[in-house]
Amino acid sequence: MFPSLFGKQDAEKAEPPKTSLLDRLKQGIQKTRAGLVDRIEDTISGRKEINAELLEELEYALISADIGVRTSTEILERIRQRVDRRLVNDAAELKNLIREQLLEILQAVERAPVQPESGPRVVMVVGVNGVGKTTTIGKLAHLLRERNKSVLLCASDTFRAAAIEQLEVWGKRTGVEVVRQGSGADPSAVLFDGLQSAKARGLDHVIIDTAGRLHTKSNLMAELEKMQRTAARVIPEAPHEVLLVMDATTGQNGLEQARRFTESAGVSGIVLTKLDGTAKGGVVVAIARELNLPIRYIGVGEQAADLLPFDASRFIETLFA
Amino acid sequence: MFENLSDKLQRVFKNLRGEGKLTAENMEAALREIRVALLEADVHFRVVKTLMENIKQKAMGEEVLSALTPGQQVTKIVRDELVKVLGTHPSRLRTANEPPTVVMIVGLQGSGKTTSTGKLARWCSKNGHSPIMVSVDVYRPAARHQLAVIARDLKLPVYQGGEAEKPLELARGARREAMQTGRDLILVDTAGRLHIDDELMTELSQLKESLNPTEILFVADAMTGQDAVKSADEFHKRLGITGVILTKMDGDARGGAALSIREVTSQPLKFVGVGEKFDGLEAFHPERVASRILGMGDVLSLIEKVEQNIDQKKAEEMQRKLLEDEFTLADFRDQMKQLSKLGSLESLLGMMPQVGPFKEMKNAKVDEKEMTRVVAIIDSMTERERANHMIINGSRRRRIAKGSGTTVQEVNSLLKQYAQARKMMKSLTGGLSGGKMGGALGRKLAKMKLGGMPGMPWN
Ligand SMILES: Nc1nc2c(ncn2[C@@H]2O[C@H](COP(=O)(O)OP(=O)(O)OP(=O)(O)O)[C@@H](O)[C@H]2O)c(=O)[nH]1
Ligand SMILES: Nc1nc2c(ncn2[C@@H]2O[C@H](COP(=O)(O)OP(=O)(O)O)[C@@H](O)[C@H]2O)c(=O)[nH]1
Ligand SMILES: [Mg+2]
Ligand SMILES: [Mg+2]
Repeated sequence: MFPSLFGKQDAEKAEPPKTSLLDRLKQGIQKTRAGLVDRIEDTISGRKEINAELLEELEYALISADIGVRTSTEILERIRQRVDRRLVNDAAELKNLIREQLLEILQAVERAPVQPESGPRVVMVVGVNGVGKTTTIGKLAHLLRERNKSVLLCASDTFRAAAIEQLEVWGKRTGVEVVRQGSGADPSAVLFDGLQSAKARGLDHVIIDTAGRLHTKSNLMAELEKMQRTAARVIPEAPHEVLLVMDATTGQNGLEQARRFTESAGVSGIVLTKLDGTAKGGVVVAIARELNLPIRYIGVGEQAADLLPFDASRFIETLFA
Repeated sequence: MFENLSDKLQRVFKNLRGEGKLTAENMEAALREIRVALLEADVHFRVVKTLMENIKQKAMGEEVLSALTPGQQVTKIVRDELVKVLGTHPSRLRTANEPPTVVMIVGLQGSGKTTSTGKLARWCSKNGHSPIMVSVDVYRPAARHQLAVIARDLKLPVYQGGEAEKPLELARGARREAMQTGRDLILVDTAGRLHIDDELMTELSQLKESLNPTEILFVADAMTGQDAVKSADEFHKRLGITGVILTKMDGDARGGAALSIREVTSQPLKFVGVGEKFDGLEAFHPERVASRILGMGDVLSLIEKVEQNIDQKKAEEMQRKLLEDEFTLADFRDQMKQLSKLGSLESLLGMMPQVGPFKEMKNAKVDEKEMTRVVAIIDSMTERERANHMIINGSRRRRIAKGSGTTVQEVNSLLKQYAQARKMMKSLTGGLSGGKMGGALGRKLAKMKLGGMPGMPWN
C-alpha cells in the first residue's frame, strides 16, 4: 500500500509524475551529495598510495556527514583490513568500498512495512520538536491521495500553539479530513475518535500527528505509550507503523532519540527530513547499524510533493553516481 | 547515559599517580579520548582539530596536582579551553539609541524561532521593556497564528497585519504600531529557511535593510550535528548575525554545535532555551555549556572549591546525624556557616549538573543576608533549644527574636525552614549516592553530601 517507488512497480499507479522520481531524488539530495561524496573524491583524487593519513582523512569525511566516530571507525577498519591483505591497492577503489559499506548497512535493515489484515492502516508519527512531523504527514496524505486512497488525519498535537490549525491547512491542501478537538485536549481521546471514525467509515489510512517531545521527558514518553494502548483498543494491531521523524541536521543525539522512541513508542521506521539542505543525515547510518531501524521516506522540501520513498540501493547509487 | 570525559580519563590515567608529569606518552590515550568525546558531542571536526592542538600544548609538562587526579586535571584543561572559545559575554540584548529597538529572529526550519520570540518578549517585558511581536512567516501553515496564540497567552501585544501582507509590509506595519502605541522593542519572528535558499536569504537581507535591527539573533537547535558550521556561517555572511540562542537544551544533547557556531561566527551565545514553555529561557553560561559538552555538570570547579573550604570530618558527621535524625538547629547553623565559606551560593548552584535533585535547585534564589539572619537567630537560642526545636514555644520565640534583632515571624519562618530542610535532606541523602552522576566524581560529591544544601534559606 505504501509502495516503494523504486522497488517493484505499482500496478495501480496514478498519473505519471512530471519529472521522473530519479530526477527528483537526484535534485533533492544534490546538496547532500555535494558534501559527502565530493569530500571523499577530493581526498582520494590524485593519490595512488593508500596510507594511514589518507584513511584518517576519509574517516573525517564520514564523521563530517554525522555518521559518528564509532560507525566511521568501523567502516574504515574493514577497509583497512582489506588494504592490509593487499585486496585493495589503488586509492581510487576506496570510494567504491565506502559506497559498498554504506549500502550494506542500510540494506541490512530494510524490511517490508506491516499491512493491516483488515480495516484502516494506522500510522503514528513521532519525534523531537521541530523535525518536520506535521509537514511529513501533509506530504504522506498527498502521496496517498495521488494513489486514490482514503485518508484521515488525526490532530493529536494538542499542545503546541496552532499545531491543530497547521495540520488543518495540510488537510485542506490535500483534500483530506482532519479529526480534531480543542487545544489542550487529551491526545489519546483525539486518536480514539479518529480511529473509531475511520473504522466505521472503512477508510484506508489514518495518520496521527503527535506533539514534538524530547525523548528525555518521561511523562511525555509515557503519553505516547498511552496513545499506543488506545489505538490497540480500537484496532488490535494498530498502529501498524510508527514513524520517527528525524531532521537531517541532527548530530549524534539522533541515536539516543531513536533508542528512546523505540523503547516507548515502538518505532518501526524513520523519515529523514530536510535533506534539501547541506546536512547529510549520516546519523541514520549509525541508527541502522545499532538499532536495526530502516529509513522509510526522505523529505526534500516544504511542498506536498517533497517526500520520496526510500530505497537504499537507489539512494546510495544516486549519492555516489 | 554516556560515561563522561573525566571518568574516561580517570581510566586512562590510572597508572599515573602523585608527582608525575603529563608527557607526550602518558597523554596519548587521553588525547584520543578527548577527541572522541568532542566529536561525539557534535563539535565540528575542524574545530576539534584546533582545540586538540591547544589542549596538547597546555597539558604537556604540567605537574600533576595533588588536589586533583590527573584525569580531573586534564578534564579541567579541556574544559577551560572550551570556556575560552565559548566566550563570556553577558546575556543582554543591546538596544537602539533611538527606540524602538528592532530584534530579528532568524534560523533554519524548526529550530525554535517562534517559541524563542515569545520567551524573549516575556524576558524583556520582565526587564522593563514594552515589546511588540510580529511574525513575518507567511510561508509555513498557521505560523502567524502560532505567534498570535503565544502573544495571547503571554498577554503581550502582537502586530497581526492583513492576511495577504508580505513580510516587508508586516514588518513596517509593526514598526508603525510600535511608534503609535509607545512600544520600545519589536521582536520580528521570521520564517525558517535553509541557508542555501538564495531567494529567502535575500528576503532576510531586505528585511534587515528596511528594519535596521540592533540585534539579529540566530536560533540554533542544540541537537545539530556537523552541519551547524555551514548554516551559521552562511547566515552570518549574508546577514551579520549579532548573537545566538541555543534551543532544546532541556534534552540530553551535548550541544557541541555551540562551539562550532561560536568558532565560525565569533558572535556571542546569548541565551539557551530549556523548555517549550515561556519561562524556558536562560542566560548563557559558558562553564555550564562547556561541562555539558564533556558530559558533566561543572563538578570540577565545585570539587575544587569544596575541597578547599569544607571540613570533611564535619561533613561526614553531618551526614551521620541526618541519617539518624539527630540533625539539630546547631547543625543547621554549622552547615550554614560552612556554606557561606563557599562564597556566592548562586555561583555554586550554577555549577551543579542539571540532573536529579539539583534540577529543582536551579532556580533557587539565594539571599546571603537572610543567611546571616538565620545564624543570628540560632545564636540567640539556648543550648537546649538548639538540641530540640520542639520546646521552642511562643514566649521563647519572642525572646529569641528580641535577642537576635529580628521579628517573631522571622523566627517562625526559620523554624519552618529547618523542619523542611530536615525532611528534604533526608530524602536527598537517600537518593543521591546512587544518583545519575555516577562515576568517581559522583561518588565523591555524594560523599561530601552537597545534597544537604537545599531547604536552606532560599526559594
Ligand atoms: N524542548 C524544547 N522544545 C523547544 C524549545 N524551543 C522550541 N521548542 C519546540 O520546538 C518546536 C519548533 O519550535 P518553533 O518555535 O515552532 O520553531 P520555529 O523555528 O519557529 O519553526 P518554523 O517556523 O517552523 O521554522 C516546537 O515544538 C517548540 O515547542 C526548547 O528550548 N526546548
Ligand atoms: N527544507 C525543508 N523543510 C522542512 C522539511 N520538512 C519540514 N520542514 C520545515 O520544518 C519546520 C518544522 O516542521 P513541522 O512539520 O512544523 O515540525 P514538527 O514540529 O515536527 O511537526 C517547518 O518550517 C517545515 O516547513 C523538509 O524536508 N525540508
Ligand atoms: Mg507538528
Ligand atoms: Mg516559526
